[in-house]
Amino acid sequence: MSAIAVEPPGQRDVGSVWRAAARALLFVAVLAAFWGLWEGYRALWIHEAWTWPFAVDSSTMPHLHDVIRALFKPPSSGTGNKLITLLLHSAVFTAKEAAVGFALGASVGFLLGVVLSQSRLLQRGILPFVVASQTIPILAVAPIVVVYLGSIQVAAWFSVAVIAAYLTFFPVTINTLRGLHAADRRALELMRSYAAPRRTVLWKLRIPSALPYIFSALRVSASASVVGAIIGELPSGIQEGLGGEILVFHQYYSLDPTQLWATNIIAAALGIAFFIVIAIAERLVVRRAPENVA
Amino acid sequence: MSTPVAVQPLPRGRVARLVGRRLRDWIPALVVLVVVLVGWQEAYRVLAIKQFLLPKPSAIGSTFWDNRSELLHAGWLTFQEAVGGFAIGSGLGILVALALARWRFVGRAMMPYAIAANAVPIIAFAPIANAWFGDFSKASKIAIAAVLCFFPVMVNTLRGLTSVKPQSLELMRSYAAGEVEIFRRVRIPTALPFMFTALKVASVLAMIGAIVAEYFGGSFSDLGTLIRSQYQVFAYEDAWAGILVACAFGIAFYLAIGLLERLVLRWQPSTSE
Amino acid sequence: MSVVVLEGISKQFGRGGTTAVQGIDLEIDEREFVSLIGPSGCGKSTLLRIIGDLIEPSSGKAVVNGKTARQARVQRDYGIVFQDAVLYDWRNVTKNIALPLELAGWSRKRRQDRVREMMELVELGDFGSHYPWQLSGGMQQRVSIARALSFDPPLLLMDEPFGALDEMTRERLNLELLRIWEQSGSTIVFVTHSIAEAVFLSTRVVVMSSRPGRITDVIPIELPQPRTAVTREQPRFFELVTRVREALHLGAELDRAAAEATG
Repeated sequence: MSAIAVEPPGQRDVGSVWRAAARALLFVAVLAAFWGLWEGYRALWIHEAWTWPFAVDSSTMPHLHDVIRALFKPPSSGTGNKLITLLLHSAVFTAKEAAVGFALGASVGFLLGVVLSQSRLLQRGILPFVVASQTIPILAVAPIVVVYLGSIQVAAWFSVAVIAAYLTFFPVTINTLRGLHAADRRALELMRSYAAPRRTVLWKLRIPSALPYIFSALRVSASASVVGAIIGELPSGIQEGLGGEILVFHQYYSLDPTQLWATNIIAAALGIAFFIVIAIAERLVVRRAPENVA
Repeated sequence: MSTPVAVQPLPRGRVARLVGRRLRDWIPALVVLVVVLVGWQEAYRVLAIKQFLLPKPSAIGSTFWDNRSELLHAGWLTFQEAVGGFAIGSGLGILVALALARWRFVGRAMMPYAIAANAVPIIAFAPIANAWFGDFSKASKIAIAAVLCFFPVMVNTLRGLTSVKPQSLELMRSYAAGEVEIFRRVRIPTALPFMFTALKVASVLAMIGAIVAEYFGGSFSDLGTLIRSQYQVFAYEDAWAGILVACAFGIAFYLAIGLLERLVLRWQPSTSE
Repeated sequence: MSVVVLEGISKQFGRGGTTAVQGIDLEIDEREFVSLIGPSGCGKSTLLRIIGDLIEPSSGKAVVNGKTARQARVQRDYGIVFQDAVLYDWRNVTKNIALPLELAGWSRKRRQDRVREMMELVELGDFGSHYPWQLSGGMQQRVSIARALSFDPPLLLMDEPFGALDEMTRERLNLELLRIWEQSGSTIVFVTHSIAEAVFLSTRVVVMSSRPGRITDVIPIELPQPRTAVTREQPRFFELVTRVREALHLGAELDRAAAEATG
């Protein structure tokens, strides 16, 4: 009972406007600092002709404003008249694969977590393989998945979604398992005093207790699904997604490096967008403060 | 007159205490492994899965054995890149976490950016890394692996460093302990379990990162390029053998970190998983 | 000599926020055992932390061991025991007790000797290499007490140290604490919720009330020393318990009256 009095609410309203302004200012400041660091590093390295860790020129480190400008110029691959339109279309294509993969992987992960939580024997038998499965280099297995699913008339993009699901399910399984076991012991005892059947305990107590853990995993998985989608596209010969664009602009790198950099920026934005969607969903579903770490 | 109440016993056996669980606990996993392998081998009779896509374990095994020196050599090369990236990425991650825990307001301000950076698909960056360091150099693979390892390690170590009970801090202040002492004696030991969890994740990511980076351009004696070239000549059994080697190295790395964890965190009463 | 002198101590949290304590004047002499008792929110834990310079008062003066509270903390003039034992999982019992000694830069030999002494004092002599998770709650608290006393501070601050333990363990540890108090010759400030515990242990009981946190009464406990299990059965003991209880009720009444007056 060493509770110290908590700061009283009420002084919040004026404060929160200031705080939002401060946060916006910080955002601008961080972007500016990054810009400054980039151009500064570039200028210094070129001036001194240093070659460690790598030689700096307009190819290895283009000007950031050139990269931004490239977004509004026609792409070297000749499709369309603005790079950014092309990239956004690709991003949407990849996003579809990632979203489907995410849904698939999260569901499988959740179910697997629930099933495993019911039996220690199952856990001991299966969990090591679940962990080991993540050491399989998905890039290496992707072509096989695509070919096989293609042979049973599955669309190529769905194969990529399956690969995205592969990267998604693991964190969800592990965290579901942990979350289901994290229910307060006294709450469990209360359930037992009601002679509640196992299924009721599962639905009414364990799963709600597990939600914070599950959402923590979903945040990681959201980004992982984007990564999985891009990786899946690479060896699959799929042209329409971001993976395809990365390969294309890799070819054109010596001609115009800024386009690959621009692709990276769009890919980064996609990953962050997925993460934000999950964070918002979490705030709506779990009305506790989400853990502040990815 | 004060008899001990509720003293918990330690797990029996020196090896058991080291590994954290009895040998007996591994039996279910072994059973599953055997069942899966046998089932896989026999599945062709029952289902008509194209053998060229998913060869029989015996076929993969013999292919591996035939090419074992080449495969292991390639695996070792890739493994070196992974370890290098792991060391750099995790090392930096730990250092940054220490700094952010020391100067908390910076950490709190930067946290959303760190989280956003964690959501960025790093592998999209692999071709650029190759442009920087050259297609055939190890450095680009190490760089990608390092970036992949950095964030999980940094975020989790920071979490551990800041999850100290406030009463523990009050206790330290009652001893007039300085910030450095508090770090040394309280924050760092508290952070170790979190750090090791992240290191285990990072060990797997490092291996995968190295292979993906090799896909975009690697020397012909590393694992990623090897697997890729096998695909191009439709030598699926060889590709699978390569995948197996990648898995083996990945699992070995993971287990090594786990063993290190057991040694360092000897005071943990139960298995950490 | 006064070990603790508090003059006009007040503490507000936040800008114009809750008043935790107000107008506290208290003097504690050497070798006293003073309990702070009161309802939740009366500021007893806050007051303890002000004495220990873990919280800064908003106004007033705190003199501990003839120095400012800050100096007293920096010079390690007190040991503190919390309700939660706050032992470090990665250190065994010996190392946990040695912690403040390590921080004070004692030599290894000196540390070893003193830790051994302390373990005998709290009667945990055989448990040196055990880890906290292997010990019961009562044993953990004993380790916490040993650690607090290891560097022989003149003052011991205790914040409901036995609050999480069962009644029987509590009573046993009360007796042990009295024995330790006698042997070490230290001054103890003890926060508790339990009237019986306060009366049993203390030379004086400080009754506090809340809103705002203040001292409503200070009751001297003249029961013979050394106190034993028999003391709890004396009629004088029950009288004093009743007296403390009434003082607490009075405080609560004043509270309610004040609350109604301000509406």
